[in-house]
This record gives sequence, C-alpha cells and structure tokens, in this order.
Amino acid sequence: MVALPPYALSMGMFTDHDENGAPVIAMDFSERNTGRPGYLHGGAIGGLLEMAGFATLHAHLEREGIDAQVRLKPVNISIEFLRGGLPERIFATGEVVRAGRRVANVRVEAWQADRTKPVASCWMNFLIAPKKVAAE
Amino acid sequence: MAEDREHAAFVARMIKEENFDPQRWAKMINFRGHSGFLGMQYVAHGDDWIELAVPWREDLVGDPETGVMASGPIISLLDNATSMSSAARMKKFRPQVTLDLRIDYVRAAVPGRTIVARAECYQTTRSMAFVRGIAHDGDLTDPVAHAAGIFMLVEAPQFMKAK
Repeated sequence: MVALPPYALSMGMFTDHDENGAPVIAMDFSERNTGRPGYLHGGAIGGLLEMAGFATLHAHLEREGIDAQVRLKPVNISIEFLRGGLPERIFATGEVVRAGRRVANVRVEAWQADRTKPVASCWMNFLIAPKKVAAE
Repeated sequence: MAEDREHAAFVARMIKEENFDPQRWAKMINFRGHSGFLGMQYVAHGDDWIELAVPWREDLVGDPETGVMASGPIISLLDNATSMSSAARMKKFRPQVTLDLRIDYVRAAVPGRTIVARAECYQTTRSMAFVRGIAHDGDLTDPVAHAAGIFMLVEAPQFMKAK
C-alpha cells in the first residue's frame, strides 16, 4: 500500500480500497476542507485528485518493480470542476495513461455518492527521476 | 452549525456589498474552513490583482524526505487568490465557482519558506472571469508555479445552497 504524506493525513485523506489495482483515496467532509459554506473547497478537491494521481502512479510503478528506485515530481495538473463538492465523503482514483522512462501521464477522477457523476477530474504529468543513492 | 450560519450570513452580506474591499474580505474569510486550516493570509492587492500567502508547516509537507510542502496547499492558495483577483477587478464579489484551473510546477518550493501567490484577473465577461497567477517563495521573479484558470459567475442561490 502506498504511504500518504503528512499533508494528506492532516487533511483526513486515507486509502479506502483498491479498484483494478489503483488505490481509491477518500476524504470525509470537515471544517478543514470547507470552501464556500456547505461545499468542499476546490483546492481541497484538487489536493485529493493530486494525491490519488500520485498513489495510482506509485502502485503502477510498484507492479513494474521500479517504484523504490524512482522519485516522482509533479510537472503540471489541469483540473476541471464538474459539480460542487457536497458535504459528504469524496473518493478519487486514477488511471495511468502512459508511464515511460522519464514522464508519466495520469488521469484522475473524483466522485461522491454516485460513481457516475464525477465532481472533478484532472490530468497530471509527472517527471520520473532516479532516486539519489546515498553515498556508501 | 451556528458558525456555519454566521459564515453563510457573512458571505451573503459581502455579495450585496458595493465598494468591495478585498483586504477585509480576505481577512474575514481566511479565518474559516479550508483557508483557515492552511493559515492563509492576506498580503496586498491592487486594481486587478491580489496576493495571499500560506506559511510552511510540517503537517502540510508532501515529501517527508525533503520537507517540501505538498502541492495541494499551493492549488488552494492559487484557487483563492485567482478567485479574489476577479473581485478586485470587478470591485464587487460576484458568486463564482472554479470551472478549470491549470498549474505548472516549475520548481520545488524551498522547505520552511512561506508560499505567496500573486494572481490577476485579466478579463471578465457577463458569465466568466479569466485569471492567471504565480506562486513564489520569496522572489516574485523566481516562481515555483504558474497558474491559469476560469471562474464561472453564478447566481447567489446556486452558490450557497446544494442543488
């Protein structure tokens, strides 16, 4: 399972389950992710999408057997906000469109009670860099 | 829940207000919710731009090995700053929702440094506000991220109440 960083944990994100080998990251509605009254903040939804993008790519690279040797750097993200985020649990998971040697392209979708009604989606590009090996 | 009602009432008052003051709005709104959690601060504003900041904090880190802040808070900061830049330009807070937001991360932010977003609204129409901005960690000419986005101006009831 992919470990979530401090930001994700302090936002209340957690790995809910796996879907076709991709982790589904979830977050409950709370004061710390509220934007305009009664709705999730767009930035918090963006943060969740991004975390799901990272987790999806990590899981993919783990299966390829190279996750431990590389470091992922987000290059860019483009988010489409499709519906207001309601005060309830939100889920997000991604799909690796392509993972090459240097760059990976990932698409991510977030939804709430109804899986067929996405709240937001994004594409992300990652740079895959070799991990710096500590001097021996 | 009483806090929620108070917040909603404040937002409702601000929507009606003429001579909109971005500084007052930013100071009030950033106490609460997600912006409050991130410790978002007002820095400055002008005719069509605004600057907001989020100080580095251990629980906002995205990579524990390096201490670099996660990009989530940078998305939130740029989302808020670009949104408020449209209010600065229109001299009025129009209820709005983010339609899309693109962010290019041009370099990693230095751990420990406050992230400042400077956002401007370069065009508005009857239903849209077009915005762009940068985020930097101390030097305006050496950004960590660039953003471009579009906000959709909506009716007040659509803004405040679930459909």
